[in-house]
Amino acid sequence: MSDSNPTPPRRLPPVAVFIGALFFFGLVALMLYGVARSDRPDRDTLPSALIGKPAPSFVLPVLHDPNVKVKSTELLGAPYLLNVWGSWCPTCRDEHPILTRFAETKRVRVIGYNWKDERADALRWLEQLGNPYMLVLADEEGRTALDWGIAAAPETFLVDDHGIVRWKYSGAITQDVLDRQLIPALEKIEAAGKGKAQR
Amino acid sequence: MMKRLAALLLSLCLPMAALAQPMGDPTPLQYRDRAEEARFHALTAELRCVQCQNQSLADSNAQIAHDLRREVLVLMHEGHSDAEIKQFLVERYGEFVLYRPRMQGSTLLLWLTPGVLLLAGTALLVVQVRRRRHAAPLPAAEDASQEDRQW
Repeated sequence: MSDSNPTPPRRLPPVAVFIGALFFFGLVALMLYGVARSDRPDRDTLPSALIGKPAPSFVLPVLHDPNVKVKSTELLGAPYLLNVWGSWCPTCRDEHPILTRFAETKRVRVIGYNWKDERADALRWLEQLGNPYMLVLADEEGRTALDWGIAAAPETFLVDDHGIVRWKYSGAITQDVLDRQLIPALEKIEAAGKGKAQR
Repeated sequence: MMKRLAALLLSLCLPMAALAQPMGDPTPLQYRDRAEEARFHALTAELRCVQCQNQSLADSNAQIAHDLRREVLVLMHEGHSDAEIKQFLVERYGEFVLYRPRMQGSTLLLWLTPGVLLLAGTALLVVQVRRRRHAAPLPAAEDASQEDRQW
């Protein structure tokens, strides 16, 4: 609308202007939030549907001795970290040193979940890079992986002593993820366990 | 140098490349009949691939999409309804797998906002039109409206 207009068009009611402005700034804020989020490495990861729910029950063979089968109920009683990996997965190689260093602290049981892998390849991978896991479960078919909601590797789950999934991370674990997410989540579980023991 | 550049460009094209996918299983899916095939395609087109998030389960070539398609077919063979199969996936991968989110507390805003916006816009329009109609028709106002139209 030009300034030469002798009778300016009727103004919108102030309430409408206010609502419009609110809407506009809301959109701007949403956009800024999106931009601020966009540099996070886990920007595309979905929240796990399993958080706060019991870990799926499973029976899986042990990688090093396929005749031995492990039931999910056998893992109850203490928390464990389940790390999904495969010898075909380059990012698993990236997180391997950090995971190894963490496993060596013996803070929690670190269990490997070898997903859709060839047994020989998996064993060679562990031999070459070192085996940080207390136990490695093998899921060659990948059907149990669907129950865990696994979409890609690496993924890492923290399961508490009652078998409830407390935390999940998709992508390579870094020192930052360990310090800021995993260890606090673990401390929470430990605190809850202590509270119960005292009662 | 060129190789490095090419690798960099490639990695830019694949934002999800950091999360790896296992190798493919070559056996194609076996349908019992045409009707089942049609039902399968309709169902998987409504489900989202959990890895490549802007593709449907039907379109995606990611290994996890293969596995999930296989599982969907197995569940169909076991006699589960579409709703049960969707529930199966939602329990494991979350609401996200549904292209058409269900109507519930957490999705109420998503479902109602467009309608509310439409109503608000209509109300605003009605109020404006009524006001103009009540206002005295000045020749200058006529000019302004013409100017608006050209604009």
